[in-house]
Amino acid sequence: MYRWLMILMGLGVGAGRVCADVPHPWQLHFQEAVTPVMEKIVHFHDILMIIIVCIGVFVFALMGYVLYRFSAKRNPVPAKFSHNTALEIVWTGIPVLILLALVWPSMHLLYFMDKANNAEMTIKVAGRQWYWHYNYEGQHIEFDSVMIPEKDLAPGQYRLLEVDHPVVIPVDTTVRLLFTADDVLHSWTVPAFGVKQDTVPGRQAEAWVRVTKEGTYYGQCSELCGQGHAFMPICVKVVSKEAYAQWLGHAKQQFVAFDDKAQTLLAHLKQDTTSRKG
Amino acid sequence: MTSATLAVHDHHMDHATTGWRRWVLSTNHKDIGTMYIIFAIVAALVGGGLSMVMRAHLMTPGAGILAEHHQLFNVIITGHGLIMVFFVVMPALIGGFGNWFVPLMVGAPDMAFPRLNNISFWLMIPAIILASLALLTGSGAGTGWTIYPPLSSLAGHPDACVDFAILALHVAGVSSILGAINFIVTIFNMRAPGMTLHKMPLFVWSMLVTAFLLVLTLPVLAGAITMLLTDRNFGTTFFDPAGGGDPVLFQHLFWFFGHPEVYIMVLPAFGIVSQVISTFSRKPVFGYLGMVYAIISIGFVGLVVWAHHMFTVGLDVDARAYFTLATMVIAVPTGIKIFSWIATMWGGSLTFRTPMLFAVGFLFVFTLGGLTGIILANGGVDIALHDTYYVVGHFHYTLSLGALFGMFSGFYYWMPKMCGKMYPESLGRIHFWLTFIGVNLTFFPMHFLGLAGMPRRYVDYPDAFAGWNMVSSIGAFIAGFAALFFIYLIFKTLRSGAPAGNNPWGDGADTLEWTISSPPPFHTFEEQPQVR
Repeated sequence: MYRWLMILMGLGVGAGRVCADVPHPWQLHFQEAVTPVMEKIVHFHDILMIIIVCIGVFVFALMGYVLYRFSAKRNPVPAKFSHNTALEIVWTGIPVLILLALVWPSMHLLYFMDKANNAEMTIKVAGRQWYWHYNYEGQHIEFDSVMIPEKDLAPGQYRLLEVDHPVVIPVDTTVRLLFTADDVLHSWTVPAFGVKQDTVPGRQAEAWVRVTKEGTYYGQCSELCGQGHAFMPICVKVVSKEAYAQWLGHAKQQFVAFDDKAQTLLAHLKQDTTSRKG
Repeated sequence: MTSATLAVHDHHMDHATTGWRRWVLSTNHKDIGTMYIIFAIVAALVGGGLSMVMRAHLMTPGAGILAEHHQLFNVIITGHGLIMVFFVVMPALIGGFGNWFVPLMVGAPDMAFPRLNNISFWLMIPAIILASLALLTGSGAGTGWTIYPPLSSLAGHPDACVDFAILALHVAGVSSILGAINFIVTIFNMRAPGMTLHKMPLFVWSMLVTAFLLVLTLPVLAGAITMLLTDRNFGTTFFDPAGGGDPVLFQHLFWFFGHPEVYIMVLPAFGIVSQVISTFSRKPVFGYLGMVYAIISIGFVGLVVWAHHMFTVGLDVDARAYFTLATMVIAVPTGIKIFSWIATMWGGSLTFRTPMLFAVGFLFVFTLGGLTGIILANGGVDIALHDTYYVVGHFHYTLSLGALFGMFSGFYYWMPKMCGKMYPESLGRIHFWLTFIGVNLTFFPMHFLGLAGMPRRYVDYPDAFAGWNMVSSIGAFIAGFAALFFIYLIFKTLRSGAPAGNNPWGDGADTLEWTISSPPPFHTFEEQPQVR
């Protein structure tokens, strides 16, 4: 119902354009959900929204009626009552019942989104001033993801959202994300995934995604981290499993993990010394 | 002693001090209250001015009026937050109206510790100077008012700006703690005979609970920022993982203070709104005892919900579950208050003078903010909304607009008492409508921006967010104009306001301050009034 209302309002302001991955002008509601977590968030949010709209309409209608009916003009002599125990019990009791009804869905969502039970792959994310560092665990792939400045954007690219090396993950795959930061706090956020996790130096936090739709998804750092705070977007490319395998092969060439680079360098040095000794 | 000598004595006391001594050395709760209010208005012009710069810059995407000065933008948001919280809302509601009207409402001749009251006020001056230095030194403190390490540590802000911010908070905190002690002692010990705790006006009750919150939580903030200060200057590592510390510890300590702080700001507004609605309904407050215990329970529960500001930091899921449930509990006493206010008006004979307009406006904005609070309370949904403009919209509706409408309501309600002159009613109404339209236009679209994912504290934003930001900025300029209009109204009232008389509001205004002259004599209630 709420969705429907929002769409109507969206049409009303002449902005019916639907985009899967980026915010659009005059948007009124969440970006399209592409993970089970975000679907549940949107669903529960909409339930809450219906409830609070009902409460709001009730309270404001009551206020409106009171302001009209009991103005000095229409009601010159005020009543003297100041208590009504039954009424007070009712307006304490009903909110309690509404809140009790919200406990189960709220807790269900919270525990559902907490951890992935059987993740198929793990990516370590580190926030840095002012870019993201990604490490594909067990794949020897490690790279930085830096925003493309406005002057270098290709036509059709989104200002402040595009990065040089997006994270690539396969569709319909449970991905565990492990977060930390190397300098100050940051927060890794992709609205369409329902993920927002602060990255904290000295701590590791966890989230998970299982994206059900291929596409490019954007997010932005969501914890104040200094002057580049608005300029370290997150860009995730969700591709088919085959395309991911292909990318993986390519990426292993392009993004040799730092450890591997060090190993190679070390090997070269050793060779060098032995050959000189010889 | 004859009555003649008494009269001479009174006369002498009335003119004990004049000129600068009257103000600088003041031990008079009314004079100190007046200074607090003037201080808050001046600070509000600065803090509000900063928000005008922010909205002007954010009006369109891309380099706005601040161009590439990204750190400056962060400094401005920090300054706006610090000034509005510590130097506008708290001084106006607690120092200003609290000082003026708590003694008058309980029938006390003055505050319990008049000299402590003096130092409470005068500490605010060095505090705001230190806060200004925090914004102007070096790069300026661009940490947000939450000063989270490590951004506020040496790594993020190597020059002295954050040290100044810490010292500003320390001094302002000392001022608030001293003031809070003064209120608690005054309210417990100096009530007129017959005024039992259960007969105290609700404004006094709200000040009492506020004072307890201040005494309980400000020392925790002081501890946290002291640790930050020694981390920065003396090589400790309380918040540095490299030395076994934890940045998240700071967030716990900060919000242990920070969450009650939002109630510290809004509870006095609750009190004012209760007085005003009762006065202009010509009816006693509905469900007085329920209101009293709602204030107390909001204060109490407010102390144990702090980590709902931290749902994204990686707390254990059970902790998040607890903080979700505890936070939702607050909706119950808040609901009791809203319904009791409406029930107070029910059956009343309502006149819509400016204080009442602002009180009804308060009900509207506070209910709206409270409802979005129910959404944010859920740790699961909050993940999607945390640190977005949705939160900016939510907290401005509750504590900023709540406190602001409470302040204006109180100001129009008590200004005739404080200066003995009536404000021009039509100008007051114009001010209300300008403010009401301006702030709603500013903050309502922020919910849409937040849902669409726009993060807060952003100096520049993707082009898709341009529309609502433009609307928001236009609203802000209307509200800014309303603020200037308000200043004009104050001067007009002081220059040419009609005499107010003891009680301009009629028989609905039945608290003790309306039994004395307007403006009140320098010393009031030298003989205790009898309350029945």
